[in-house]
Amino acid sequence: MKEYIRKYFMLRKHNFKVAVKKAKRSKMCYAFLAPYAILFTLFYVLPVVTSIFFSFTYYNILESPRFIGLQNYVNLLLQDDIFLIGVKNTFLIAVITGPLGYMASFLFAWLINELPRWIRTIAVVIFYAPSIAGNLFMIFSIFFRGDAYGYVNALLMDLGIINAPILWLINPNYMLPICMVVILWMSLGTGFLSFVAGLQGVDRAQYEAGYMDGVRNRWQELWYITLPNMKPMLMFGAVMTITQSFGVCDVTMNLCGYPSTDYAARTVVTHLFDYGFSRFEMGYASAIATMLFLVMILCNKAIQSLLRRVGT
Amino acid sequence: MSREKRELSVKQHTVMKIKRRQPNRSRIVDFVIYFFLLLMAALMAFPLVFAISSALKPLDELFRFPPKLFAQNPTMDNFQDLFVTMGKSWVPFSRYILNTVFITVAGTVGHLIIASMGAFVLSKYDFPGGKMFFRIVVVALMFSGYVTAIPNYLILNSLGWIDTYMAIIIPAFAAPMGLFLMKQFMEGLPMSLIEAAKIDGANEWRVFSRIVMPNVKPAWLTLTILSVQSLWNNGATTFIYSEEKKTLVFALQQIQSGGIARTGQAAAVAVIMMVVPVATFILSESQVLETMASSGLKD
Repeated sequence: MKEYIRKYFMLRKHNFKVAVKKAKRSKMCYAFLAPYAILFTLFYVLPVVTSIFFSFTYYNILESPRFIGLQNYVNLLLQDDIFLIGVKNTFLIAVITGPLGYMASFLFAWLINELPRWIRTIAVVIFYAPSIAGNLFMIFSIFFRGDAYGYVNALLMDLGIINAPILWLINPNYMLPICMVVILWMSLGTGFLSFVAGLQGVDRAQYEAGYMDGVRNRWQELWYITLPNMKPMLMFGAVMTITQSFGVCDVTMNLCGYPSTDYAARTVVTHLFDYGFSRFEMGYASAIATMLFLVMILCNKAIQSLLRRVGT
Repeated sequence: MSREKRELSVKQHTVMKIKRRQPNRSRIVDFVIYFFLLLMAALMAFPLVFAISSALKPLDELFRFPPKLFAQNPTMDNFQDLFVTMGKSWVPFSRYILNTVFITVAGTVGHLIIASMGAFVLSKYDFPGGKMFFRIVVVALMFSGYVTAIPNYLILNSLGWIDTYMAIIIPAFAAPMGLFLMKQFMEGLPMSLIEAAKIDGANEWRVFSRIVMPNVKPAWLTLTILSVQSLWNNGATTFIYSEEKKTLVFALQQIQSGGIARTGQAAAVAVIMMVVPVATFILSESQVLETMASSGLKD
């Protein structure tokens, strides 16, 4: 046993020496990477670390942070009802719009794949445009305006389905579904582009081989040939979708107001902004951010291990 | 045209048609699918078209019911009103435009150079820590910027960058998406190209700037597009307080929130804000897709 441990450490030492030697020889590589690495550490790694650190403290910017252990987390989960509403809303939005948006991205990319090139280009632009159109989604607040001038209200009243205008964006019953519709409308983003490009890159010869081997219809073709080839893009698309659907706040804040009636459209990120930038309780806000971070990473890992089994 | 020739061409045509049609497609499903696709495209495009036509509608048509999808008498009134409103703002409007252009250009150029340099060594050389670093960058893709918003504020504050352009520009340099796409695309470059240049006596910087960069044109176009999109839409409200340093998007949103009297102007604003990202995408669509083809995440 002793011999074994000694050998192990010797090996480790050796590997380390080799690495150091290699590192010395590839100074140029570090020089090239350094500007990015420094900025990345400063604005992406360090914030996560400080966020975790501050989540265990009481910190309001004016006084220096005071260590309070797990108190923030306890308050968050046991006392903060509004946070729990936010969690519920975020999960509802993520669970409904996430998978739907992801599948829609793939479905549309797959369906337009066999179209002639120029039609495909038009289709890509139409489907992708909503996600990069800035705050054009505010047009939905005109559709769903609460008075009789709102188009949806006017239409429903004209048809005799309702006889008084519905306050779509103020009534808690309707807020979330409307936000989900808008989010779905905007959900064909970077992942969609990745799918379109990936589908174009699948080797045609594989399809030919598939026909020879008796692939009978397009669904078999999809499952046995297309999906296994698309795995890396599927992973990338999943990352994009999860990150987006847990970070929802723009749409809900702009359409339903901030704060919204009865906090019915509050999401985790809205809560984070409320405590971070309105009440300056940085410690508490950091605890929210840390939990959001953990959920996003865990969810990504889980979905990735699920996707690894696709098409096999 | 003689008869045989015509027959031949018809024959060739049918042969081509048969070849083009894959053996396992049924026409009915084809029809259903394309009908569905057309329907969805119409649904997706409807708000966009509606916003554009609202921006062109005169006042009396904006509130007409039932609304017409297309303006009957399209005018540029709303855009003119918008310019009048802009002219009345406390800070001259050209200042907002200048701010946005400066932030967008500076952030994009810096991001492009820094991310490409990093991507170059990560994709083409094997050095201790390189793979590890890339894995961390991929993890950074997995959480959105909101998570880091508060610590970022504290960090920028301790650097003294709050209320300066730097607060927007410098963090934009390090966007993980750019490095990721660039690295994945550079993987496709043959190593022999770099070795050949080295044998000819080029140093690393020369290899990078003269050999690698010209060969990854689609990728740097894509990075530019993505960076322009995010910076153009950046309201910059959390990090910048001075009115004269705020961006165009912020100013336009102020006009937009002017209530019902500004419905037409609000639509005009939305269209102006949409035009830049969408137009840049349309112009570079094929390059972006070429880059995205290598965007897959392998494990």
